[in-house]
Amino acid sequence: MNHTKRETNVDNENIEVNLLIEAIRLKYGYDFSGYSRASLKRRIKKRLLDSGSLSISGMINNLLYEKDFFDQLLLDLSINVTEMFRDPLFFKEIRDKVIPELAKLSSVKIWHAGCSTGEEVYSMAIILKEAGIYDKCQIFATDFNQVVLEKAKQGVLSIVNLKQYTQNYQKSGGTGSFTDWYTAKYDLVKLKTTLRKNIMFADHNLATDGVFSEMDLVMCRNVLIYFDRPLQNRVFRLFTDSLTQDGFLTIGSKESIHFSGIADEYDQFSQTQKIFRKI
Amino acid sequence: MKKKRFFDCITIGVSSGGLNALMILFKDLPVDFSVPIVVVQHAKADSGDILAGLLNSKTELRVKTAEEKEELKAGFVYICPANYHLLIEENKTVSLSVEPLVNFARPSIDVLFETASLAYGSHLIGIVLTGASSDGAKGLAQIKNYGGYTIIQDPKTAYSSYMPDAAISACDNPDEILPLEDISARLVDLCRERSS
Repeated sequence: MNHTKRETNVDNENIEVNLLIEAIRLKYGYDFSGYSRASLKRRIKKRLLDSGSLSISGMINNLLYEKDFFDQLLLDLSINVTEMFRDPLFFKEIRDKVIPELAKLSSVKIWHAGCSTGEEVYSMAIILKEAGIYDKCQIFATDFNQVVLEKAKQGVLSIVNLKQYTQNYQKSGGTGSFTDWYTAKYDLVKLKTTLRKNIMFADHNLATDGVFSEMDLVMCRNVLIYFDRPLQNRVFRLFTDSLTQDGFLTIGSKESIHFSGIADEYDQFSQTQKIFRKI
Repeated sequence: MKKKRFFDCITIGVSSGGLNALMILFKDLPVDFSVPIVVVQHAKADSGDILAGLLNSKTELRVKTAEEKEELKAGFVYICPANYHLLIEENKTVSLSVEPLVNFARPSIDVLFETASLAYGSHLIGIVLTGASSDGAKGLAQIKNYGGYTIIQDPKTAYSSYMPDAAISACDNPDEILPLEDISARLVDLCRERSS
């Protein structure tokens, strides 16, 4: 039994996934070839089930000739799970340790890379406001997905998450009340527009785009876990080239800069959180 | 001629009552056990990574929280971190993900089982233990479909029988339904065939 039907199916499916990725790249310029395959495949298969297409290769025809089909697929391929003050202890460490360092600078540039629908951007904006240094900060929030960027610009949260977010805010060491930062109307929660003033939302693809400014803090949490090692290394290089000396890099709690080729260029800044400082 | 089976990975899904069940299961596995074990235990999002530490003192195997891109090795038990899904890549490395909850859970047992079955096919053992959830049932059925070996804890011996029952209904003819106490000896047998 050297080549079962199952193995043939798995092999064929992998060929189809490769062709689909190549079709997306050729037609629309998005490059998913460096994404971790198991998760990408799950998301493609989910779209397959929801779309009514008969096979992954059948979806190639759909995405080439129907822009709407591609837009939906693109949304499925990017992971947009985020929260206000996700991992509150991380944000507490930012408040306690990183903010005092940023406060010493005359101006501060912050880059949220892969910002999705913007919850962490606004969380950080609240911290900067409460620390009284917001006005000297320029905040760049980027994602490759236009749909989520538009959503991020709106700054609207769903009321069902409000209790969780309020708890997160408190655990993160919030100095006021979370209600200071939004107005609630019906089932929607609108974040204060003053938080948006210094935020620039922009299209940027970590897989294909380059450095666009010199930053004092780069935040990119739970994005790199979806990339394979070569793409991770590319992005780490990009961040390192984007940071000033003494600039800060923060990544997700399960992400690592070991094996990235840039570990030697940083000091571990926090004992408990993934916060690094460029040497 | 009897077909020779060998296994490259064991995946285990467990929910409520999991700590005790895993302690019993791992207690008798020998230090030279030749197959890596990957565990999804349902846990609260903010529960941290204490499970690996608790289990480590109860077994000769090395128990650790799985890290992203880590290569699975024999002699280790890998515990999925709380609030992440664990996926196994076809190159036998670990991926983590914060994708939406699956079956109301993150980590989800189905996500582990489905990706492991793609990576290991017939060289995979899938085990469903105690739990009050139907997570894992669909994934175990896929393991079976892809030629893997399926074991379900006898619901009568489970702290919570819901998950084993769900797996039994979903999985067409599971290979074995065993009392918890008998599973580790069975694993030693099944995996000994690999080294001989």
